[in-house]
Amino acid sequence: MRYILKRLLTTIPIIIGVSFLLYVMLNIVPGDPVALMMGEHINPDTIERVRARMNLDDPLLLRFVKYLLDALHGDFGYSYKLKREVSTLIWQAFPNTLILAVSGALVSWIIGIPAGIISAVKKNTWIDYAVMTFALIGVSMPVFWAGLLGQYFFGLKLQWLPISGFDGLNIKYIIMPAIVLGWSAAATIARLTRSSLLEVMSSDYIRTAREKGLLRHQVVIKHALKNAFLPVITVMTIQVASLLSGAVITETIFGIPGIGRIAVSAIQTRDMPLLQGSVMFATVLIILGNLLADILYGFIDPRIKYH
Amino acid sequence: MSDWITTMRNSSFGPFQRKTIRYMHKIEQQMIETEGSMKEATIKKSEASETNDAEKLLQNGFSGKEPDKMPEDQEDTLIAADSIWRELLQSIYKDKKAFVGAILVIAFVIIALGAPIFAPYDPYEVDMAEMLVPPSFTEGASEISDNSYMIGTDFLGRDIMSRIIYGARISLAIGLIPPLITLAIGTLLGMTAGYYGGKTDYLIMRLADICMSFPSLLLAMVVMYTLGASLFNIFIALSIVNWGGTSRIIRAQTLSLKQKEFVEAARSMGVSKWKILWRHIFPNCIPSLIVLFTLSVPEAIMSEAGLSFLGVGAQPPMPSWGLMISRGKEYLFSSPWVAITPGIAIFIVVIAFNFIGDGLRDALDPYTKHD
Repeated sequence: MRYILKRLLTTIPIIIGVSFLLYVMLNIVPGDPVALMMGEHINPDTIERVRARMNLDDPLLLRFVKYLLDALHGDFGYSYKLKREVSTLIWQAFPNTLILAVSGALVSWIIGIPAGIISAVKKNTWIDYAVMTFALIGVSMPVFWAGLLGQYFFGLKLQWLPISGFDGLNIKYIIMPAIVLGWSAAATIARLTRSSLLEVMSSDYIRTAREKGLLRHQVVIKHALKNAFLPVITVMTIQVASLLSGAVITETIFGIPGIGRIAVSAIQTRDMPLLQGSVMFATVLIILGNLLADILYGFIDPRIKYH
Repeated sequence: MSDWITTMRNSSFGPFQRKTIRYMHKIEQQMIETEGSMKEATIKKSEASETNDAEKLLQNGFSGKEPDKMPEDQEDTLIAADSIWRELLQSIYKDKKAFVGAILVIAFVIIALGAPIFAPYDPYEVDMAEMLVPPSFTEGASEISDNSYMIGTDFLGRDIMSRIIYGARISLAIGLIPPLITLAIGTLLGMTAGYYGGKTDYLIMRLADICMSFPSLLLAMVVMYTLGASLFNIFIALSIVNWGGTSRIIRAQTLSLKQKEFVEAARSMGVSKWKILWRHIFPNCIPSLIVLFTLSVPEAIMSEAGLSFLGVGAQPPMPSWGLMISRGKEYLFSSPWVAITPGIAIFIVVIAFNFIGDGLRDALDPYTKHD
């Protein structure tokens, strides 16, 4: 319990710090946001009035505190270009990103973990080399390039899957983006599972288990995997962040209306509140995800709590 | 099924034994070197600064210009620097993957530096008559155009091969400069945090936590929004986004080095804090920095490509690989070579650096047992 509390208390300043950094970076951009919002032909009086209503003349720190308090109530301001509440736009896009990220994570686990185990058990055989080469290719392939290759071969040439688009939970549209997104994460997980399992397998208690007469697969499954998974789980949780980052690119390629797409289009249209809201939302989500993972990790590995 | 436990045992004891032998060998070598270099040092004290190969340069950097002040410690750093580089080169040479990677990287650097020599055409020359000509090895390419383009032309009739070759310059610069700046920032802050401790440490590490909490692509995107999309700003964005991880690692190393006798000795002799950091702590962080560098080069190249792909990085008509893919994706189905080929270039360069990084990590870090 104390561990959880401590972890919670360190998270709050980080969230505040992250939002402050983001706020400062986005609000020191040269150019008047009101002029940007209203277009070119507008009289200066109106600009003054709107500026006053948006509290743009207050000091930066005060505006930040106001923004943070509003954000806590789920109010991220008003989009300059789309003329809608940022929070509405985010809530519309979030489920799509979530579906993509979760399916990407599933792909990476389903491929990565068994591949790593097989590779470790069959160490230094051709299977091991093949898996590890495949993994290296995986981490070296840019997501967007892999996406285009997928679109070209599976979408156009083989016509197995739709080229792009998104239709809620319709699996046909999710498969390709999920594989593209989960691919490099799978490679990392496979490499880590392999090295971690190999390390555990050389420890004394595994040898004892083997000498007790247990079968090889029993030892691997019952004894080795439990400990070998600890570092893998840490990486899995860190990867949630990279999956969300990757989702930005994947969403752009496959035309999925998610948070990443919002952020990219907000940059292109210079829509500051929308960019601010979407990036802040994603980042806080990742921080909270990591927090949750750390707490879970404390339960899985009791040694953590004593440190 | 073969006797699994025997193989398991052999393979698990193998590396251990090998490692012990390697370490013993290393200590032995160091002892020999110490003797040798001590003799050498007495003879060549003044000559040392005049030799110009890389190892000597480094050792000069570490030992400074006053050789009489701390002779014993100097030998330490001297040997450390010497054996680091030797071990690096050896491990690259021994590891098949790392060797291939090194050759590819050298080729990449040569191509980037000699772009005007290697490029068959002008990478910026627009020729609408030669638009989207397929690669010369495909059938029908010769019917469309009299000129031969090894991997075709893009939607403005520019030769893709030449653009990729010139793009190597961008990727080379992106792969070198931001990682170096990142490492410099991370090292400086990490050493400061670790050595000074207390409030400084707390402040720096919380700042690092904050920077590390951002998904780096999103943070880079925000920086690009603030600064405006251009290639130069990518350098800035990528330089300031990723220092958190480096500073953490360097801080941890500084903390443990701080306790070592040689640092304590230097401190008790009244050597200033910055001098201790620079002369005694920094040289010992170099192996980790080298590994971090080889790992962050491909990351930087990928990030640049990603940002340019999203349209918030390099702007047309720059031959940035990511931008070329992004612009070419409109023609993916009719003329796939426009978007696919720059990706192959990114892929080869990134995999080459990963080969080297893997090899070096195994060689320099005794904790990551790969095999």
